[in-house]
Amino acid sequence: MQSILNRFESSSKLACDNKGMKIIAVCGMGIGTSVLLKMNAEKVLRQLELEATVEAASLEIARASRDAQIILTTPDLVPQLQGLPSEVIAIEHFFDLEEITEKLSKSLL
Amino acid sequence: MMFPALAHAVAAESIRVGALALDREHAIEMAGDLLVAGGRATPEYSQQMLDALAEHGPYMVIAPGLALVHGRPSEAVLETGLSLLTLAQPVVFGNQANDPVRLVIGLCAFDHSSHIEMMQELAMFLMNDANVNLLLNAVNSEQIRELF
Repeated sequence: MQSILNRFESSSKLACDNKGMKIIAVCGMGIGTSVLLKMNAEKVLRQLELEATVEAASLEIARASRDAQIILTTPDLVPQLQGLPSEVIAIEHFFDLEEITEKLSKSLL
Repeated sequence: MMFPALAHAVAAESIRVGALALDREHAIEMAGDLLVAGGRATPEYSQQMLDALAEHGPYMVIAPGLALVHGRPSEAVLETGLSLLTLAQPVVFGNQANDPVRLVIGLCAFDHSSHIEMMQELAMFLMNDANVNLLLNAVNSEQIRELF
């Protein structure tokens, strides 16, 4: 019983620490590649037990946003996402959960 | 059926295997033609996909050998759908990490939300390397439709 309580405490602490964190997955249009990236990023965040909202967005919307901690995108679009307050992380292979895990962990843990 | 939304999204007329593309623009045009053949988009949509490439570069090559080409929701989109094109000869898109391309997936979305279930299935499908290999090795469109 005690161990279950401990586990509950530690997981709720993690959730609390990252509460309200926002990540934007970005592609040119906000309907294709960014949607796939959002889905795989959410999968990775669940595995890491991190709580965050992930939104798919177009470049235009991402460039206008100021409240995202992290922007996920492809290497080709990084130059178009300069000068924002968010950390920009480039993902090369969208279906390689190890790559997404490694890069998100480096930034968040 | 493991991927009902994909089966619905990919019309039989929207699959072509072993196509010969001269360059990346040609490959994108063929993916657009397949969306037209499946009744999902008008011919103008191909130009909109090419415009996206011209505007944003070859970012749509999102995994080794795989390009997901699409434009915005627009009047050229008749119904949300996908097209699948496997290339006999790999084509260079100019994407450093994932060139050359062997599989082109054309996407047209009617709006920003109605394709989400389909995209979830597409992500699950493509996550499995065996599925991607079966798709690339298929010799006709029936073999591809059986994967869904």
